Amino acid sequence: MSVDPSVVRRIAHLSRIAVDENEVSRLNGEINAILSFVETLSSVNVEGIEPITSVLPMQMKKRPDVVTDGGIVDDILVNAPAREDHYFVVPKVIE
Amino acid sequence: MSELTHLTLAQARDALRSKKISATELTKAHLSAMEKARLLNCYITETPELALEQARQSDFRITQGSAGPLEGLPIGVKDLYCTKGVRTTAASRILDQFTPTYESTVSSNLMRDGAISLGKLNLDEFAMGSSNETSAFGPVISPWRRHSDPSAKIVPGGSSGGSSAAVAAHLCLGATATDTGGSIRQPAAFTGTVGIKPTYGRCSRWGIVAFASSLDQAGPITRTVQDAAIMLRSMAGHDAKDTTSVDAPVPDYEKAIGSSVKGRRIGVPKEYRIEGMSPEILQFWDQGVAWLKDAGAEIVEISLPHTKYALPTYYIIAPAEASSNLARYDGVRYGLRQAGRDIADMYEKTRAKGFGSEVRRRIMIGTYVLSAGYYDAYYVRAQKVRSLIKQDFDLAFAVGVDAVLTPATPSTAFAQGEQGSNDPVEMYLNDVFTVTVNMAGLPGIAVPGGCAANGLPLGLQLIGRPFDEETLFALASAIEHAAPKIEYPKPWWA
Amino acid sequence: MSQQASAKYLKGATGDWEIVIGMEIHAQVTSKAKLFSGASAEYGGAPNDHVSLVDAAMPGMLPVINEECVRQAVRTGLGLEAQINLRSIFDRKNYFYPDLPQGYQISQYKYPIVGEGVVIVDVSPTERISVGIERLHLEQDAGKSLHDLSPTESHVDLNRSGVALMEIVSKPDMHSAEEARAYVSKLRTILRYIGSCDGNMEQGSLRADVNVSVRRPGEKLGTRCEIKNVNSIRFIGQAIEVEARRQIGILEDGGEIAQETRLFDPGKGETRSMRSKEEAHDYRYFPDPDLLPLEFDQAYVDGLKGQLPELPDAKRARFIEQYALPPYDAGVLVMERASADFFEQTAKGRDAKLAANWVINELFGRLNKEGFDVAQSPVSAAALGAIVDLISSNIISGKIAKDLFEIVWSEGGDPAQIVEARGMKQVTDTGAIEAAVDAVIAANPDKVEQARAKPTMLGWFVGQVMKQTGGKANPQTVNDLLKRKLDV
Repeated sequence: MSVDPSVVRRIAHLSRIAVDENEVSRLNGEINAILSFVETLSSVNVEGIEPITSVLPMQMKKRPDVVTDGGIVDDILVNAPAREDHYFVVPKVIE
Repeated sequence: MSELTHLTLAQARDALRSKKISATELTKAHLSAMEKARLLNCYITETPELALEQARQSDFRITQGSAGPLEGLPIGVKDLYCTKGVRTTAASRILDQFTPTYESTVSSNLMRDGAISLGKLNLDEFAMGSSNETSAFGPVISPWRRHSDPSAKIVPGGSSGGSSAAVAAHLCLGATATDTGGSIRQPAAFTGTVGIKPTYGRCSRWGIVAFASSLDQAGPITRTVQDAAIMLRSMAGHDAKDTTSVDAPVPDYEKAIGSSVKGRRIGVPKEYRIEGMSPEILQFWDQGVAWLKDAGAEIVEISLPHTKYALPTYYIIAPAEASSNLARYDGVRYGLRQAGRDIADMYEKTRAKGFGSEVRRRIMIGTYVLSAGYYDAYYVRAQKVRSLIKQDFDLAFAVGVDAVLTPATPSTAFAQGEQGSNDPVEMYLNDVFTVTVNMAGLPGIAVPGGCAANGLPLGLQLIGRPFDEETLFALASAIEHAAPKIEYPKPWWA
Repeated sequence: MSQQASAKYLKGATGDWEIVIGMEIHAQVTSKAKLFSGASAEYGGAPNDHVSLVDAAMPGMLPVINEECVRQAVRTGLGLEAQINLRSIFDRKNYFYPDLPQGYQISQYKYPIVGEGVVIVDVSPTERISVGIERLHLEQDAGKSLHDLSPTESHVDLNRSGVALMEIVSKPDMHSAEEARAYVSKLRTILRYIGSCDGNMEQGSLRADVNVSVRRPGEKLGTRCEIKNVNSIRFIGQAIEVEARRQIGILEDGGEIAQETRLFDPGKGETRSMRSKEEAHDYRYFPDPDLLPLEFDQAYVDGLKGQLPELPDAKRARFIEQYALPPYDAGVLVMERASADFFEQTAKGRDAKLAANWVINELFGRLNKEGFDVAQSPVSAAALGAIVDLISSNIISGKIAKDLFEIVWSEGGDPAQIVEARGMKQVTDTGAIEAAVDAVIAANPDKVEQARAKPTMLGWFVGQVMKQTGGKANPQTVNDLLKRKLDV
């Protein structure tokens, strides 16, 4: 399988990464090189094989329903590029 | 002062315990070495004041008799570990001036045991790379030089290139690192150091910037096997904040050092004899086999038939997970923000500017293999092949193999710009021997075995059963004992 | 099971149309802490105060599952008579939005914790349908973006980010706004019985995404539109009606329905397209590598099953059986667990039908008028029971009982003592009643004549006697005496 420039642009948008036209053609080549490298997997017989879910044969631990966190609004906001009155601020979102 | 930086971690520990040296003088010696070694670009952020303050406290605790197992030992921390109050970059522009309000579990375990942090070590951006050339803070230069052209800037491997170079250049006694596809073992092999990626789940991932969650694992890089054992014991352990960490006691790994390997069965996988492999590497591998045989181990040829699929599998799974893990870098809550005409434009500009080209490429590959219509063909298939790769190892261990011996890398280190500039896949091949271990979640250690004709170090890799790091330490120390002693480069940079 | 009445079809300009409705209900799990972090799940709070480093998706943060949310999801699944999956998987649903800090929502896609189930819904006293449940899964809520604090910026509060939700997906088994409303109402009742969701729609604890399509009766399913986030049962009904009308209008004009997400605007009474949600719906689901599969054993499920409270359907059946109540009354009483409990306390050892009448007609009527719920009732079950006792033992008449109820409602006090103290007892002394009857007959000879000719006049005499006795005369005795004396 390989991609064309329109797919590259679509993936870039899905990834929320701006790309200019020069990059599209460069990325197109690189992505196709990687896709052709992984192409070999299509020759593996995976019939009846389950996809791996965890390398460890262990059960997921659960935590008790206790409030142990929160109340740290300063820590939450301290690195924010824009904030106001304990809110994060972003360019207007239109619904 | 320079002799102090040439102590091993174990030697320094013993000297501190017997009060022959102080933590403060040991720390100062390292800080001074770091200052002279800025050319190598090992550290992104040096924290001398914090280090000296920690050293003062360590000296106090040593006098008080309340010293921890790592009391007063200066180490470096890969800048993928979040450190409270100290800027954490993941070697990316996108994190900008991000300063965590929290400390990663592993670094916090080390501090709990008395270790002193000298600063934050350079790496490939978001740990994506094999040469430390993708760092937004510039490449790290290895202290090693090729005989043939000493002016070439040799790469220290990656992604933990700052860690491996700093340890090899005596800019810390040991360093933390992380390994997703070989990022501890390959740089260790490139710099003549020891690096262990423990079993998945042995160390907590909490507070370490995630690359590929199902593969990432923390571990140390040090100059000796014993030092790695000492560091790992402090780093490892269960953490309720990471449900993939294992609730099992941490053994005293140091006890395994020098223990007999007589009768241990060592598997040598025939599939690792890949096409085009240099005779020098093959010969070096044979030498490793001979050393273990001499130490009393039993050598058996084994088959790991899906080995050749490991790297392609990795280049689907790791980017897929990364594309999702790196979605949080959106300019909203921390890190870089580039203004845009609306929110989507802000996201796209921020992420285009904040991520370097390798990271952008991997995010896009990951997005593609997860996208509608391709998910089954790529991601699901890769996860099935991953099951097969793990099965290969399960079968080998089931027939009584205690560990597997392979070369750590297909070549010695190369110079900056020599690989991957035209074809990203060329660079990816560096991880061909290490990546299977991450796929199967197994422990793997790289141990130096000498130098190649070009003067650069070569490393062997031992792969163990899940949670049997002790066997790896025993075998690695047998190799270390048998192999010619590594002579680290004289400080040409200072 | 559903008796599809042709009355349910909507009449269009060119003939009948059938509406097909399926719903995705997001129900907030009742828990103290969030699904994957230890921050409070409580509603409200100062902006970004109920937020942990995990909820803000700080680098290196990892989710750890809250066992209570798992327990509640299993209990809810049992309440929906659904298949409980002993192994389920958390997936990441990837998309960018400022109130989604991780850039993905942790949800369950391919392997949900609960599979197929069913809800029995009473649409009216005479119509009962069964709505299939497709699945129930656990997922994280998103934060909240506020768009009205500034003209150029949006403000983000992550207090809701990471709160546990159960998404309950129905099959497209509903065919009218009434059915949809009744389904949500029933689901809400079940959730509240189980205690896994408080059902508070105003606070957003229960939100519905409604899938609506229309088709000619008997034809294959039409293209559906999803109306997002409808937050009251009334609006659900309105939204369905206007959306169905919109679709019929388009189809009858020869147009086609575009599959899309729409928003209901209750002010304008219309739905409109949410174009922003339309672009590139490619969520790239994959199993969350930070979380192992969610597993538990059958013994765990059985244990929870054994501890479930009696659920509304079983309770209703028992009320019908045990108290001989009409099904509709039983249905009304079990709508809320607290009401059902109130009824049972009131009815204990008494005439259950009478008790049910009083609970449903007087008490519920009065509570509704005041906007109270049963827990806020000024009249306790014991007091209402005492009133019922006074009626049953003929101490007061039904009419006096209403006055008594009013006194107990507004002043409180023991009903029997009030009756005693205020002389409200029914007069059963035949002599006194007879005197009153005689007096009325004597005073109205003309009416007596009329009554003999036209026995329905008897009622007028009863009224006069009751007036004379201050309403306390036993109506039956008055009736009997009058009949005898007037010879009718």
